[in-house]
Amino acid sequence: MLLIGERINGMFRDIREAIMKRDPEPIKKHAILQTQGGARYLDINTGPAVPPEEQPEVLAWLVQVAQEVSPLPCCLDSTNPEAIEAGLKVHRGKAIINSTTADPWKMEIYFPMAVKYGAALIGLTMNEKGVPKDAHDRLALAMELVAQADTYGLPMEDLFIDPLVLPVNVAQDHGPEVLETIRQVKLLASPPPRTVVGLSNISQGCPHRPLINRTFLAMAMACGLDAAIADVEDEELVNVAATANLILNREVYCDSYLKTFRQL
Amino acid sequence: MTFTVVKERWRGRILETTLGTGPRQVKVGGETTLPFLHFEGEIPNRPVVALEIWDMTPEDWPECLTECYADVLNDPAAWAKLCVEYGADLVALRLNRTHPDRGDASPEEAAAVAQAVAEAIDVPLIVLGCDVEEKDAAVLPEVANALKGRNCLLGLATQENYKTIVAACIANGHNVIATSPLDINLAKQLNILITEMNLEPERIVMDPSIGALGYGIEYAYSIIERMRTGALLGDKMLSQPVIMFVGQEAWKTKEARTPDDPLWGEQKKRAVLWEVVTATSLIHAGGHIAVVRHPESVKEIKRHIEIMMQPQQY
Repeated sequence: MLLIGERINGMFRDIREAIMKRDPEPIKKHAILQTQGGARYLDINTGPAVPPEEQPEVLAWLVQVAQEVSPLPCCLDSTNPEAIEAGLKVHRGKAIINSTTADPWKMEIYFPMAVKYGAALIGLTMNEKGVPKDAHDRLALAMELVAQADTYGLPMEDLFIDPLVLPVNVAQDHGPEVLETIRQVKLLASPPPRTVVGLSNISQGCPHRPLINRTFLAMAMACGLDAAIADVEDEELVNVAATANLILNREVYCDSYLKTFRQL
Repeated sequence: MTFTVVKERWRGRILETTLGTGPRQVKVGGETTLPFLHFEGEIPNRPVVALEIWDMTPEDWPECLTECYADVLNDPAAWAKLCVEYGADLVALRLNRTHPDRGDASPEEAAAVAQAVAEAIDVPLIVLGCDVEEKDAAVLPEVANALKGRNCLLGLATQENYKTIVAACIANGHNVIATSPLDINLAKQLNILITEMNLEPERIVMDPSIGALGYGIEYAYSIIERMRTGALLGDKMLSQPVIMFVGQEAWKTKEARTPDDPLWGEQKKRAVLWEVVTATSLIHAGGHIAVVRHPESVKEIKRHIEIMMQPQQY
């Protein structure tokens, strides 16, 4: 199970302020906390407050600051392809691009970019028409993404299909559809693409958010989820990931399994 | 239609352990692939074979085994030398006389024997206790001290007695054998406990407690295989090389102990085959150091390894 630490994101106030003041300390703090917490990737997102023309420079700065104190690679999270490419240029190791949709004009930008920089790519099962309502429509778009990976020569293990998790309070009927999509994506190719979710979306606007996140993580892992962008500073959430990993026989059991899961 | 060689892309590797010092030091491990699959990864070191010697004359070894060591059975240093002449890559000294029921030799006596053996040979030395946990915890630190700086391999460390043995290895520059009772979960946990004492992970060799051919070899086979795939998938606490006490197990079997017999044939041939087949099977599972007793087994196993180390041509 690949945990991608969600915390370096301009949607959080401390990161937004750090970006405005170009203060590296809060970025470093969360890079270190997430590395120790069990993350294998650090998500990097400038947030919407940074104007588009400044986004490339800010994203590259965030990557450099985070990698100064952490050995982890980054998951470059932006809707701005120029910002993504600026991040890739300064990035050390194998990055993940977050993300492309299944719209042809976007796939034409991001697939070649992933191949050029040897990065992995998250593909969202949506297009300009919006988020599909059921598993069938999500899978049809996943298949488009899989076909593009083949066309551009992106290794299938480097494609992460994101079936788009929606908040359980307002889009309750999407939950089972997402789980079914995760299960079926694995049948689209051999080797299969990997799967990822933006985990915290499931509890957006709900009470008891950590409980909802942890429960959904275990359920999604049982369906074959490979990665999650998540709150790795939630110790119990990471414990759930470690335990589910164990029950799925993805790691050899030992009494110190909570510790080994966090070790790099 | 073209034929494409299917290659697994592993992300982990077996740690490389160095034993002994000087020109005849031995390196094991370091592989980035399954055993002998030269086409999909690196195999920097070949598996090795050790011969076992005792600090006392073994009473229950069959004659077809003792006859190979006729004049040296009461002289461990001379016995060790003969093992090197027989082609052993390493010598494994078993301190059986320290056993409370077999002489109860003191740690100091044991250390003196180990030192004499180490001085007689130029190949790396493995030193084993008598498998009584408390006694080994007293004997092995004394041995470790006497052999300081020779980079030996000492054991067996169990979950009960590892602390004193590992501390002695750290203080005197040795490597440790971590043993577990055919249980991969305990093997992994013991590695964690040992590394938590700050012994480098590449100074540990795992002993899964094998069974011989016909006596549980399949359990050992699958555990060693699981260790190898775990390591190749990136599990650092299963990435240590594996040692197999083949001689100890093979010479216990009735197939090795029954004298010449019209139905079963010649004892020596049968017993040697029992060692050779046990060792080579487990080397194919992913084992690194086979400890055997008969000199002809050394020759046969090394011949097999030699052939298997030829890279596949595609």
